[in-house]
Amino acid sequence: MSKTLFDKVWDAHVVKKIEDGPDVVFIDRHFIHEVTSPVAFLGLESRGIGVMYPNRTFATADHNTPTINQHLPVEDPLSANQLKALETNSAKYGISHWGLGHEKNGIVHVVGPENGITLPGMTIVCGDSHTSTHGAFGAIAFGIGTSEVEMVLSSQCIMQPKPKKMRITVNGKLGKAVTPKDVTLYIISQISAAGATGYFAEYAGEVFENMSMEGRMTVCNMSIEMGARGGMVAPDETTFAYLKGREQSPKGEAWDKLVDYWKTLKTDEGAQFDLELVYDAANIEPQITYGTNPGLGTGISKSVPKASEVIDGEASYKKSLNYMGFNEGDSLIGTNVDYVFLGSCTNGRIEDFRAFASVVKGKKKADNVTAWLVPGSHIVEAQIKEEGILDILTDAGFALRQPGCSACLAMNDDKIPAGKLAVSTSNRNFEGRQGPNSRTMLASPLVAAAAAVTGKVTDPRELI
Amino acid sequence: MAYDKFTVLHSSCVPLPLENVDTDQIIPARFLKATKREGFGDNLFRDWRYNNDDSPKADFVLNNPTYSGKILVAGRNFGSGSSREHAAWAIYDYGFRCVISSFFADIFKGNALNIGILPVTVSPEFLDKIFKAIEADPKAEVVVDLPAQKVTLVATGDSESFDINGYKKHNMINGFDDIDYLQSLKSEIGVFETTRPF
Repeated sequence: MSKTLFDKVWDAHVVKKIEDGPDVVFIDRHFIHEVTSPVAFLGLESRGIGVMYPNRTFATADHNTPTINQHLPVEDPLSANQLKALETNSAKYGISHWGLGHEKNGIVHVVGPENGITLPGMTIVCGDSHTSTHGAFGAIAFGIGTSEVEMVLSSQCIMQPKPKKMRITVNGKLGKAVTPKDVTLYIISQISAAGATGYFAEYAGEVFENMSMEGRMTVCNMSIEMGARGGMVAPDETTFAYLKGREQSPKGEAWDKLVDYWKTLKTDEGAQFDLELVYDAANIEPQITYGTNPGLGTGISKSVPKASEVIDGEASYKKSLNYMGFNEGDSLIGTNVDYVFLGSCTNGRIEDFRAFASVVKGKKKADNVTAWLVPGSHIVEAQIKEEGILDILTDAGFALRQPGCSACLAMNDDKIPAGKLAVSTSNRNFEGRQGPNSRTMLASPLVAAAAAVTGKVTDPRELI
Repeated sequence: MAYDKFTVLHSSCVPLPLENVDTDQIIPARFLKATKREGFGDNLFRDWRYNNDDSPKADFVLNNPTYSGKILVAGRNFGSGSSREHAAWAIYDYGFRCVISSFFADIFKGNALNIGILPVTVSPEFLDKIFKAIEADPKAEVVVDLPAQKVTLVATGDSESFDINGYKKHNMINGFDDIDYLQSLKSEIGVFETTRPF
């Protein structure tokens, strides 16, 4: 029988099927961080049970870490306590821990792939919804709650009903200054923030085939923002080239054998999806959001749509525009920008910094803009320095911060002040997401860079 | 963590007729710094419920004594966004045992079921009837009958059935959780693990 990529990977992990219930699914890799794991460890203790396979879990601190002066003690006692809990729990159960200050520390969804911990054909979970990022490698990867973190620690399994399957095909070639972030924001704007709920997505077609691993990670990362549990891309030569030689990637014969297996991980001819969506790359321009969910976005040259033109209900839409300070029909170009955030598990990789630098090179940061540039990991930070990108950024009046989730969710001190408007390369524009009463417009690194040097929403096609 | 058994719930409702209520609204990230599962109910809907000086916002439904009950009724796509189980903890800790909506985000729905909150998906039409009934009488009672998989609006007698898989239903009725079950499968899991290529 013809199978989809998703079926092949899912079916290979089912330990047991429960009649009129979920599947018991084996998890190959489990990432944990400081925010969603402490209560899971407390649960293990109260039940008197241990960690079944500590070598299948990897800990890194990212959500709640400062992005300046990381060599100093963490000032906020609650944050410090949470970081300490991750360290203590990891040590107690023998889990690898890349804490604050560790040379490999960084955002969990950046460090997993860059160290070869993420591989095609795996099941990967983490108590973080953007775990979908790892689907770029042809893995089934999705976010889980803390109860499920406890399940994985104690049994290496979770219990999930098999989701429905959808395929999103984007054909053609992307236009000038149209990036993977624009592709995903475009798709979400077409189907809404709930359009893929209940589904697991496969991304297919020329656009994704030609995309780098960093780009595929950006797209898969945002799958959750259309409601999908995750998204995946079939592994190919681009995938293998990215992974080969990474620290924890298999080597020698083991590698060759796995590559042979990974080459079978693609959707068979004739396999059925519950939903198929097809788009033309030519219709995608640089995107930006104007509302308070990621589905409320549009082409940067367009204006704020009327309530009748969006999928969301009128009351919610009006509340959203009211929060953002926009009116139906407002032009997006020219909107004054106070903050620019480059970073996060969505756009905190080396390609994103290269893209940002390509726009700001030889220009100056606008005086009215505060810019936070936060690499996704120490490895990304080192690359930025090695490639001379830091010099370009410094000459243009920008400074680099230290790795972490930072202003994406504003758990640490990197909060956009109340009322201020940020153009952000992160993944969510919810009310208060980047700080109480802050306002967020999601966009690509190129659009963020254009805003950073002009002080307003600007079409990057005019600057490159 | 064990939770209260859920069989039949008779309660008035708290209405939140908004769509896309995301987990950052249910509990903002800055309140996720605890290392224990305690006190999250105080920060449920924090930024809709309180001003910056911590004074209550009079127009928010949780601050309106007219509305109370163990059932939260919300617009479509409830619980979108982050996987933080803290959102479900906050709802449970505040005193809700059931959320009724026409559509739930996946991760929230799973988290709710795992900690003993019953997410009940009804048709948009039935959801509208519940909102209208609460508008007419803030004390309007709703009966959520898990064994019968039926939700009933007492005032009008309207009812609708809802879906839940048999395994989860059994767990909810008995207050069991998945971790107990998975512990019983450890030898099977151990055998499976040896077959993994990575």
